Amino acid sequence: MWVYVLRRVLSSIPTLFGVALLVFILFHVMGGDPVYQMVGKHASAQQIADLRHEYGLDQPKTTQFLRYLQQVVTFDFGRSYATRQPIRQMILNGIGPSLTLAIPAFILTTVLSVLISLVVVYFRGRWPDRLGVVLCVLGMSVPMLAYILLGQYLFGYKLGWFPISGFDAGWPQRLGYVALPALIWVAVATGYDVRFYRTALIEELGNDYVRTARAKGLGEPGIFLKHVLKNGMIPVLTNVVIQIPLLILGSFLLERFFGIPGLGSMMIDALHGSDFPVIRTMTTLGAILMIIGNLATDVLYTVFDPRVRLS
Amino acid sequence: MKKRSLWGEALWRLTENRLAVISFGIIVFYALIASAAALGLIASPWETEVGGSYQAPSSSAFKLWLGTDIFGRSVLYKVIHGARMALGVGLVASLISVPLGIVLGALAGYFGKWVDHLIVWFYTTLSSIPNIMLVIAITYVLGKGFGAMYIALGITSWVGLARVIRGEVLKHKQRDYVLAAESLGCSHFSRIFRHIVPNIVHFGIISFSIQFMTAIKTEVILSFLGLGAQGQPSWGIMIDDAKQELFQGVWWQLAGATVAMLFVVLAFNILGDALRDALDPRAGRGIG
Repeated sequence: MWVYVLRRVLSSIPTLFGVALLVFILFHVMGGDPVYQMVGKHASAQQIADLRHEYGLDQPKTTQFLRYLQQVVTFDFGRSYATRQPIRQMILNGIGPSLTLAIPAFILTTVLSVLISLVVVYFRGRWPDRLGVVLCVLGMSVPMLAYILLGQYLFGYKLGWFPISGFDAGWPQRLGYVALPALIWVAVATGYDVRFYRTALIEELGNDYVRTARAKGLGEPGIFLKHVLKNGMIPVLTNVVIQIPLLILGSFLLERFFGIPGLGSMMIDALHGSDFPVIRTMTTLGAILMIIGNLATDVLYTVFDPRVRLS
Repeated sequence: MKKRSLWGEALWRLTENRLAVISFGIIVFYALIASAAALGLIASPWETEVGGSYQAPSSSAFKLWLGTDIFGRSVLYKVIHGARMALGVGLVASLISVPLGIVLGALAGYFGKWVDHLIVWFYTTLSSIPNIMLVIAITYVLGKGFGAMYIALGITSWVGLARVIRGEVLKHKQRDYVLAAESLGCSHFSRIFRHIVPNIVHFGIISFSIQFMTAIKTEVILSFLGLGAQGQPSWGIMIDDAKQELFQGVWWQLAGATVAMLFVVLAFNILGDALRDALDPRAGRGIG
């Protein structure tokens, strides 16, 4: 098994290299000279030359690429154009607030959607199932922006149950500020997860071993709890694990609207300020986190499903 | 029982599903409205003042059904033109990504070896960047606006389809009909695109409806972030405007854009599921 894990880890190196190459081409070749987007139309030639020098844009493309690779490996991404702070420091500062929102929201979503999907699958084909599916599709179709605006207006402004927006670094005050955005997160994400888990569990019910269990006279609750639940948890676990690293990034829209100073807000500020180094770093960071998530899922699979190791 | 062709059978299964037929009707209705607006037949021009600032909805005239915005422009006209923008983005993005997914997936599955390695490496890389971040980055780099958005959405959303097509082509290429085509002297090109692809093109149709919907949702978010529509009507910009208006009791702009978007996305969601059930009855899970 360790051989497989090692092989899988090594196989993500070309992917990481590909991501670096893609991001580099995107920002340094396709986009033309980023300095013009950063400084705007009214910069002097001297300002432009200084900036080009600071970000190494006066070097040949290959040198620039090597420098960028070095940045990725050492996790040192230089300074932000807008705030002049080291980007690494900005990221470290943003992780806390992002996770304050993301972790409770994620745990609540997962627990809720696993429970709902179990109920829905148990009653598959009957009215609780139909109702569940309808609610999922409906929940998925409402734009997230509408959830946010209505939630802020109704629960923040009209009813005054939650602060409309803002953040406090102290504990436990910060939990009060993330409560409403976290609930909106749950409302948006639960529909997707329930649908996914429902399909996975129903597929599991169609397997031969379920028919065997039924044939030998095992009752429906027995089949459900003893057999299907165990096997059906593999796709659930996979879906959960793959999302965990990405939680660090928080949520663009929720952080933006609720004034939470996390990485999502940071990315949006960078977009508005044409802060090219920050946008590039965030894109790279997102990819690294996603590769880690994929890797963790694959490794987990080998733990639960030995057949994977053989192939 | 009458014998039906495979496609006839699928169509019959689809029309049996009443919700799917209604959803298809809704999409056709949106498409008609959007085309009429694009041709200037209705809701034209949307930029002119039709009343005072923030006039509440009234049934006195068609253009006042959803009231007016801060500049006294008709909200209903903006919603209609927002539909034109959203459907335009959905259409162009899926017209780029679906052919891309089919062609690259088919080439990878058919030729194997280094072609396969290269294409798989490429899409693994592409899908390793969180989708929304990649779309944002591409739109930003290409200089915002609709052109950038079409390209960003088109070139980021073919991966799911390419994976499915690659797997299907791997299964099909050893089948008798392909071997027969080979022995008759058909070229690789003809074997892939005239023999194999027509048998698996239904995955493209399913994927089309899903990607159309994803593109509409993403357009709204990008326009809201200021990366999409520039000075043009968009549901995303309307919702962005609404975030201040709501506290002044002006709800109609938010309601108009949200409800318009809700129905079209809902219709695509239901139709996408129904298409999958009709065209690929064995599959339990979606492709995206």
